Amino acid sequence: MREFGYQRAHDVSGAVALLGADPDARFLGGGTNLVDLMKTGVERPARLVDVRELPLGRIESTDDGGLRIGATVTNSDLAAHPEVRRRYPALTQAVLAGASGQLRNMATVGGNLLQRTRCGYFADVTKPCNKRVPGSGCPAIEGEHHNHAILGASGHCVATHPSDMGVALAAFDAVVSYETADGSGELPFAEFYLPVGDTPHLETALPPGALITGVTLPPAPVAARSRYRKVRERASYAFAIGSIAAALDVRDGVVREVRLAFGAVASRPWRARTAELALTGAPADAETFAAAADAELAAAEPLPHNGYKVTLMRNLVVAELTRLAEEAAR
Amino acid sequence: MTTATTGTKAVKGAVGTAHTRLEGRDKVTGAARYAAEIPFAELAHGWLVLSTVARGRVRSLDTAPVLGMPGVLSVLHHENAPRLDTDYVGMLGAPDPTAAVFQHDRVPHLGWPVALVVAETSEQAREAAEALLVHYEEEPHDVAFSAGRPDAYEAAGFGPAVTEKGDLEAELAASAVVVDEEYTTPEEHHNSMEPHAATALWDGGRLEVVDSNQGTTWVASELANMFSLDPGSVRVRSEHVGGGFGSKGLRAHQVAAVMAATVLQRPVRVVMTRRQTFSLAGYRSPTAQRIRLGADAGGRLRALDHDSLNLTSTVHEFVEGSAGVARTMYDADAHRTATRLVRLDVPTPTFMRAPGEAPGSFALESALDELAEKCGIDPIELRARNKPERGPVSGLPFSSHHLLDCFREGARRFGWADRDPRPGLRRDGRWLLGTGTAAAHFGAGAAPSTAAVTAEADGTFTVRISAADIGTGARTALTLVAADALEVTPDRVRVRIGDSDFGPAFIAGGSMGTRSWAWAVTAAATELRERLALNTGIPPEGITIRSDTTAAIGALAQKERHSFGAQFAEVAVDPTTGEVRVRRMLGIFAAGRIVNPLTARSQFLGGMIWGISMALHEEAVRDRASGGLYGADLAGYHVAAHADIPAIEADWVGEPDPDDPVGIKGIGEIGIVGAAAAIANAVWHATGVRHRNLPIRPDRVLLGGTAEAGTGAPRA
Repeated sequence: MREFGYQRAHDVSGAVALLGADPDARFLGGGTNLVDLMKTGVERPARLVDVRELPLGRIESTDDGGLRIGATVTNSDLAAHPEVRRRYPALTQAVLAGASGQLRNMATVGGNLLQRTRCGYFADVTKPCNKRVPGSGCPAIEGEHHNHAILGASGHCVATHPSDMGVALAAFDAVVSYETADGSGELPFAEFYLPVGDTPHLETALPPGALITGVTLPPAPVAARSRYRKVRERASYAFAIGSIAAALDVRDGVVREVRLAFGAVASRPWRARTAELALTGAPADAETFAAAADAELAAAEPLPHNGYKVTLMRNLVVAELTRLAEEAAR
Repeated sequence: MTTATTGTKAVKGAVGTAHTRLEGRDKVTGAARYAAEIPFAELAHGWLVLSTVARGRVRSLDTAPVLGMPGVLSVLHHENAPRLDTDYVGMLGAPDPTAAVFQHDRVPHLGWPVALVVAETSEQAREAAEALLVHYEEEPHDVAFSAGRPDAYEAAGFGPAVTEKGDLEAELAASAVVVDEEYTTPEEHHNSMEPHAATALWDGGRLEVVDSNQGTTWVASELANMFSLDPGSVRVRSEHVGGGFGSKGLRAHQVAAVMAATVLQRPVRVVMTRRQTFSLAGYRSPTAQRIRLGADAGGRLRALDHDSLNLTSTVHEFVEGSAGVARTMYDADAHRTATRLVRLDVPTPTFMRAPGEAPGSFALESALDELAEKCGIDPIELRARNKPERGPVSGLPFSSHHLLDCFREGARRFGWADRDPRPGLRRDGRWLLGTGTAAAHFGAGAAPSTAAVTAEADGTFTVRISAADIGTGARTALTLVAADALEVTPDRVRVRIGDSDFGPAFIAGGSMGTRSWAWAVTAAATELRERLALNTGIPPEGITIRSDTTAAIGALAQKERHSFGAQFAEVAVDPTTGEVRVRRMLGIFAAGRIVNPLTARSQFLGGMIWGISMALHEEAVRDRASGGLYGADLAGYHVAAHADIPAIEADWVGEPDPDDPVGIKGIGEIGIVGAAAAIANAVWHATGVRHRNLPIRPDRVLLGGTAEAGTGAPRA
């Protein structure tokens, strides 16, 4: 194995200083993705700065009724938190739909946002991949892609973002906080992930050397009635082939407010704003739901073997919004 | 001394009662050591370097910089490795040249071993192996497997290439009902929990190999042949084996370890990584099968054609004998079976649990279900009407044939009588429900083995046989068999296995291990008991009786000898997402005397669970551009997770087989046979749509849609 340096940080500024914006250094959270990638040679950091002991492990209510989630909160603790379960149930469901109990005990919120695609070409250093080696090509477009992106991809990369948690965060307008040597900053979730374009290796808008310190969920009463549903090729312990986070507020048969986000269809958790626009103020019925899904998916550009995802996502939108509408009617 | 082998007599005792594994506590506490965990002084570590091109030649290797890396002792490759002899016929035929590493510069597939880097530590070896620059002369490759390949040829393997009787086309033309469909199964891999690992060393002029394999005398004789050694100078041990499933014979790691130990004259260990096992450990070939069935209105078969294509490498022929299923299961006035091969730039496939029968039964038992639907006959009744009186191809009588007993008992317990045969009618919320069934069989063979049983002076007994316990519970089963033959309690019997010095014995494979070994153990133990009955006293060194079943097996009457079974499955299908969940499953088997009900049930269940996995999940995707696999790890290659496994039950019907001298038949493979077909048939019953391509993935179900009962017309 390749040797690498390991340092443990005890406070945020110390962690940022230890990393020193060194491109060959990485922050280490739960290690559930980074360590795997180091074993396969996809990641070859010279140094790791362990941030697990930073004082970022709390979930607190904000003054305006939202939640602030520390970057080192584990997936397990996030899913189990009573306020998360009460105010943002889809977030709990999303986190619990991912990985296994052991992995959720280790994985952190910050690391979850920065996890890499599970594209099999990306994970195999003997194969080309524009995300891993810019300019080397994307074999998925002509090759295996039945679980690749249908939205927002480019001719340079069709990989999907694997996170379940991120799909719920996208739906609930999360804001990512970070710290650099120059001070702290924030990124709205919609701006956190960069478009694929011709730079699929550049994944987030974080400045170099930035440490994610937390995620803030603004107050969202609609989120109290939300669901996450994940479809995968086995019943557990698999990444989604399509997933959806949905929240719905229906009054008198009319959609007052709706949140929709898709997973496993794009390089980032995909906020379905076109569908939301079509739904808001429209009758809460299956016909509207289907039309809204079609409006969102009109932008889909499926490859020869992943066109089923268009049907799958349409069906998921109709099924989950119908269920939420029925629950609201009770 | 070799005894004349006699048949067993029925004894009441340990056999047939549940016993936990003798080594179970050692395994769960970590006290049991597996091949890669056994310490050796002066141990060096080898790391295999695999080709990154799918076809071509190794032009050069930049070994100099690697040899200068910390701890590196040697780099073996085709220019400096010891020469091997591959011109011999071993226990299971000519060797697969895949194991004969570093003999030439040709690269016949991606993942072909091109070098072994040996270092003081495993980490140093790995780092150096990953740093080794190999230059290739790359040639265009072809890994595209499909039914229509013009270069496919008929090939024999584990049976003839083609069997034919009657006028197939005429009988098809004259049939009231015809099914003519193609079925495919994908490339599948048997990644055991314990990766392949071997340590080789020379000790006093003998080659010692500590390994994880399915037969120590098998591997020892292959190594002796390859390295041109006297068979007596090779000893292979394999105490605990964390799964084999057909993949643990002679492989690149043992040969590379022996080479390095020979060159360096110190112990060398080579362990495969998980990713390496995907190209070095063998796998099940994809199959493309065409089934043609013609029947009269009553469902009696007039014509049966089972044609199966599989792939193999360019360096070795391996036939996945899927068409062999039809040679046992169903007769017809016109009957044809054929196995065909296409040679591609891929690793050689190998035995994987129920080779032939697992994919073959998916095709044939799915087609039977389609025939039942077309004839309007219950699928079980259809099978009853087509039960063969003699082997359809061999013409030999069956030693026993209890398939219909399995169906009767299974149908009773599964509630089959209440089933409405029409598809697409049952709903539970978003789920469509359906049930399906399929038949199963696997051959009950035996192969010559030797055993030694010693009456110790302290009143205990020691059995020595080079059997392999690959997780099946063989060690425990043989203890029970020996105890009954000796007419003592099992606690007085100690069984030692996994050591080629115990003499020739068959492998843990072909569902023949326990049957073959129990025969030899029983023969020796029976004679020993008779000797002890003379009350001659036991000398300090004990009294040892040896057996050899070669003559007895040679004298066995030629018959069709098989285990049979009936698989039942209930599935739920969400047509809006394509998700398929198995809700319950039942397998009833007629598999001879069950030695240890506890471990036997586990083995049946394990096979059925693998059948669920085969039906719904498993699929290795070959990337045409590179020629390698896409996602060659256990994150990319999906097997069933716990959450996929429902209420699942396996049981057996009593099977008196007075014609069989041991009564024990194999149970290692039959659990998976027919399981995928039962699930596929249930998916049809749920949705009205046939799925003839495995695995039945969500995208396939979603795009396949549903059909109105009876119309077969897609509604999606």
